[in-house]
Amino acid sequence: MERFTTLTGVAAPLPLINVDTDMIIPKQYLKTIKRSGLGKAAFSDMRYLDDGSENPDFVLNQPAYREARILVTGANFGCGSSREHAPWALLDFGIRCIIAPSFADIFFNNCFKNGILPIVLPQEEVDKLMDDARKGANATLTVDLEAQEIRRPDGSVIRFDVDPFRKHCLLNGLDDIGLTLARGEAIDAFEARTRQARPWL
Amino acid sequence: MAGKTLYDKIWDAHLVHEGEDGTCLIYIDRHLVHEVTSPQAFEGLRMAGRRVRCPEKTVAVPDHNVPTDESRVKGIENEESRIQVELLKRNAEEFGIEFYGIDDIRQGIVHVIGPEQGWTQPGMTIVCGDSHTATHGAFGALAHGIGTSEVEHVLATQTLIQKKSKNMKVEVTGRLPVGVTAKDIALTIIGRTGTAGGTGHVIEYCGEAIESLSMEGRMTVCNMAIEGGARAGLIAPDEKTIDYVRGRPHAPKGAAWEMAVEYWRTLRSDPDAQWDKVVTIDASEIAPVVTWGTSPEDVLPITGVVPDPEDFEGPKRDAARRALEYMGLKPGTRLTDIEIDTVFIGSCTNSRIEDLREVARVMKGRRVKPGIRAMIVPGSGLVRAQAEAEGIAQQLIEAGFEWRMAGCSMCLGMNPDQLKPGERCASTSNRNFEGRQGRGGRTHLLSPAMAAAAAITGRLTDVRELI
Ligand code: SF4
Repeated sequence: MERFTTLTGVAAPLPLINVDTDMIIPKQYLKTIKRSGLGKAAFSDMRYLDDGSENPDFVLNQPAYREARILVTGANFGCGSSREHAPWALLDFGIRCIIAPSFADIFFNNCFKNGILPIVLPQEEVDKLMDDARKGANATLTVDLEAQEIRRPDGSVIRFDVDPFRKHCLLNGLDDIGLTLARGEAIDAFEARTRQARPWL
Repeated sequence: MAGKTLYDKIWDAHLVHEGEDGTCLIYIDRHLVHEVTSPQAFEGLRMAGRRVRCPEKTVAVPDHNVPTDESRVKGIENEESRIQVELLKRNAEEFGIEFYGIDDIRQGIVHVIGPEQGWTQPGMTIVCGDSHTATHGAFGALAHGIGTSEVEHVLATQTLIQKKSKNMKVEVTGRLPVGVTAKDIALTIIGRTGTAGGTGHVIEYCGEAIESLSMEGRMTVCNMAIEGGARAGLIAPDEKTIDYVRGRPHAPKGAAWEMAVEYWRTLRSDPDAQWDKVVTIDASEIAPVVTWGTSPEDVLPITGVVPDPEDFEGPKRDAARRALEYMGLKPGTRLTDIEIDTVFIGSCTNSRIEDLREVARVMKGRRVKPGIRAMIVPGSGLVRAQAEAEGIAQQLIEAGFEWRMAGCSMCLGMNPDQLKPGERCASTSNRNFEGRQGRGGRTHLLSPAMAAAAAITGRLTDVRELI
């Protein structure tokens, strides 16, 4: 997993609530057996017209946002299916940070596993960043994970919270599986206890 | 010390390690695997030279991609789907995992076959790379969906890194009126609490109306916990649960069974348990409901009218406007005036034998309206066989339904069963998102009984007028 330390980039505004994972990546792209190459499919139904050409109205098709690294969006982002193809597609497009008033649990979790930082902020602060994002490439945001702050184009700063364990993993690009396998003895001991207490399992 | 909830008890019984910041390692008793969210996980194992820690606690079945017409015995035509299904089989063989292929009568939707084969038992922790894993909570198991990275993590370690969720209680008191079913309960709860109402919580459903449901009905309610934002839904096991599990192929046998049952009977929330959130709903006030929009919280009683976006506030107003445009509906239209093209009865929410019996009851002596495409996709090969043995299949085929093989089918349209743009479907599935059943397709979620009623009249219909 790629480390996440400080990210400076254009933020794209997507002022919709309940953006579900079917919207982030429709099912026809779930037939892949790889993780990579899904960036072209991100937001496919909104991003392309029926004839396959780009929909010029969609934010990520506009010149100012084609290189966006950050997404500012509405509540309950990532609801619906557990498909990890959603963060894979966003990552492949170039998005490394998503800012919203709330996220759906599984999607939130999936982001961290892929080096994407999801940030939860109160609605008023999301609104401010949404205004910044609307200024397009004229205004970039800097997200500093170590300091837990977002630096706005006007120089002001918004602080955010992040789970310490997840922060540690992101900052160091750590793989969960490696960490857990290091606890092999605790797992062995648990299995031995369970064989006694609940032998039918 | 305050009492514990059922969730607290299951959690505590599976805690392998707790870090200082509350990050926990939780042991996983059952891991269900399907073809869409697992290829990258197995690939990851292979690349790291890792093995599956407990293949005997893991089971694999293809369901999302499989065609549900009879042609599938000749092989899957769509190349990408075929590759995923074949790859699942190869991965299962390579790593020593039980596998139910598409020519096996036990094949079906992963959340139908887990309980059917007795893999699902009370008090377990169960995961699957699929958000509707919450279904298994109907047995008093802590069951939730995970992403592909976590699938790999569970395969390699049989554990999951988790933080504990909060406790939410949803009590449904009293008795359900005639014509109102588990699906109406599930949708009404989401309509009341919103799609994010359960975020960060595990929901325990309780109360007389929940206890009186069949196991199938309870699975329908827990299945949609995820649409209410909760990762997991639970119902305390009782004698009905135990009867359901008894004798299933993977259920405990002999002395182990006695021991298990004794333990299962302890699995309930203590009277003085602490809840972070409580919602109470009076069953007598629940009506048959349908969704009008593109979020499962867009729920109304069938006697209602399409709402006016202006009646909503904030971001919900824009969302409602967008939803009505997508759904091709005008504010003020009576829901019962909405004409449909397609009826889909299936999905992990409503494809079990009880659901099909319900459809058969409503259809008795009646036919699908000419011109309506109506399709029944049983949840497993065994459900299909049972419906055939009970004569339900024959009755429904004669009434004008297509009778399919088991799979997810038009719930998400990854196989050939899809809506065309603008087509309107009365569906017993769980998601009405834009494009869910096919690009531009319009979905109204409802119960199997209501779906049958819609099939008869060709429009959304109050099933109470037909029973
Ligand atoms: S039936 Fe639908 S919701 Fe259920 S597992 Fe299959 S695709 Fe997912």
